[in-house]
Amino acid sequence: MARKLMKGNEAIAAAAINAGCRYFFGYPITPQNEIPEYMSRELPKVGGAYVQAESEVAAINMVYGAAGAGARVLTSSSSPGISLMQEGISYIAGAELPCVLVNIMRAGPGLGGVQPAQADYFQATKGGGHGDYRVLVLAPANLQEAVDLTQLAFDLADKYRNPVMVLADGMIGQLMEPVEFSPYRPAAGLPPKDWATTGTVHSGGRQRVINSLYLYPDQLENHVRAIFRKYAEMERTEVRYELYNCDQADVVIVAYGTTSRIARSAIEKCRRLGLRVGLLRPITLYPFPLAAFDLVVERTKAFLVVEMSMGQMLDDVKIAVAGRRPISFYGRTGGIVPTSEEIVKQVQELLGGRGA
Amino acid sequence: MKIVYEKSRGLTDVPMHYCPGCTHGIIHKLVAETLVELDVLGRTVAVAPVGCAVFAYEYFNCDAQEAAHGRAPAVATGIKRVHPDNIVFTYQGDGDLASIGTAEIVHAAMRGENITVVFVNNAIYGMTGGQMAPTTLVGQPTTTSPLGRSRLGQGAPLRVCEMLATIEATAYIARVSVHNIPRLNGAKRALKKAFQMQIENKGFSLVEVLSTCPTNWGLSPVDSLRWVEQNMLPAYPLGVYKDIEGGT
Ligand SMILES: Cc1ncc(C[n+]2csc(CCOP(=O)(O)OP(=O)(O)O)c2C)c(N)n1
Ligand code: SF4
Ligand SMILES: [Mg+2]
Repeated sequence: MARKLMKGNEAIAAAAINAGCRYFFGYPITPQNEIPEYMSRELPKVGGAYVQAESEVAAINMVYGAAGAGARVLTSSSSPGISLMQEGISYIAGAELPCVLVNIMRAGPGLGGVQPAQADYFQATKGGGHGDYRVLVLAPANLQEAVDLTQLAFDLADKYRNPVMVLADGMIGQLMEPVEFSPYRPAAGLPPKDWATTGTVHSGGRQRVINSLYLYPDQLENHVRAIFRKYAEMERTEVRYELYNCDQADVVIVAYGTTSRIARSAIEKCRRLGLRVGLLRPITLYPFPLAAFDLVVERTKAFLVVEMSMGQMLDDVKIAVAGRRPISFYGRTGGIVPTSEEIVKQVQELLGGRGA
Repeated sequence: MKIVYEKSRGLTDVPMHYCPGCTHGIIHKLVAETLVELDVLGRTVAVAPVGCAVFAYEYFNCDAQEAAHGRAPAVATGIKRVHPDNIVFTYQGDGDLASIGTAEIVHAAMRGENITVVFVNNAIYGMTGGQMAPTTLVGQPTTTSPLGRSRLGQGAPLRVCEMLATIEATAYIARVSVHNIPRLNGAKRALKKAFQMQIENKGFSLVEVLSTCPTNWGLSPVDSLRWVEQNMLPAYPLGVYKDIEGGT
């Protein structure tokens, strides 16, 4: 299929439809409005439905209902809206329903600003809502990857019966890049949705209930343990990351999404300055690529974590490195995107000004 | 021998957990009978609330989803949009529907969502132990209005039928009661009409049922029925508030 120049938000929306998503529930918020706009235009053409919800609270509960009815369903929002959805996301994880969430992050806290940020990392990867659960989080760094990961997200959601989040920022959402859509086929071996509430006429009279209530603690503990067996399986089989230029690197930059793109150009600038710098780019933020650090830790002298936040993924990097090497952090926040020059300067400081 | 009465097959055999004299059970029975009589039980999906009826999915003999507190109309919207051929209803208390879930009920009505809402108004938060609800009567004591609800600062009952009837896209809105047999029969007729509206794709229907909470009202079951008659009826006039087919 031909390559097409698209805006990030539209590419994500188109990928969702390509992956068989037919239902979208959402509420407008900058900088992701092109997603609901695209869905409102395109879903009716493919026999689906777009509903503009009265709030993000309602939107996520519509997602719950539609997912429980067996559909592939998407919602998207940006940071404050995702905060409002957290109770519903917890219910969806608790009731073991598949759905895909897109968070095109903007700067916070509070109303914050509409410029890009990566400050929802904790919220996305450490739960966000109440109770013991996880959301599988995919972080694209370019639009082709946004398309591929959005499609993958629907398969992973169905495979694990768990919410999957595509976590990007306003930069990725607003950027234009060529993307290619290959004909999509769902992953082989996805479990049948025989739990979906479609009416008992379709189940030979067997009642199906979508629920996360377990009043007896032993039953609830068993339920949570069963959910966590899925997370253990994700941690074994779904970890995704990219290593770039790490073979000879004295410094390995750890960055995801937009900041990883900037890190890449910083690495080229460093090369010209005679500095050996690599990139470890997590693609799944949960499960975090802990083992990838073992592959590079021996050869590198130090890690530099770069985020558009005050340091959130940093905690996971500390866990992964486990004190074996020093870790520095460089972060910009409030909607400021770091420049490659700023990152080069950090590397130079780390290496004691060598090669300046 | 001739069978004169049977438990509806719209209900499961699970023993109900409701307190003695609570009319939640009666309302379940009426809804279940209605679904069977309209021959839609097998394609019905119930949405249970958070409230005393949280286990409704164990009692209704159909597919079901348990919603977060107040969000049942949003969950029902998701289900109905995916499977318009399903009959989808929510069963919600007054705290659930008239307090935490006001946005969801108003906007489901505003969209004319083709679902049916069974709204059980007992003027109190039953499940959490008898706190004040938006539907609590002025002067009615609760655990969070120990001196009785005061109009000053705590306001007066929110009348859901009257409010929703002003919304253009609604099809059928009625308030009924189950405190005596004639009223109970009327409640059944209203429920039937409401579900019929959905079956015929006419849009949003809601039946508010005045209900008892002997436990948290601190009254015997019989006195509770009397309390509905004497105190709730004046505050919540029964009747059909909206019927796009023109009936009353
Ligand atoms: C988000 C959230 N807030 C509060 C609660 C606690 N809670 C459970 S039921 C309930 C009130 C239920 O009252 P009502 O809807 O009137 O139902 P009833 O028990 O009277 O039938 C509340 C406040 C909850 N479960 N979730
Ligand atoms: S607490 Fe009240 S509403 Fe709840 S079951 Fe008991 S009597 Fe019924
Ligand atoms: Mg109540």
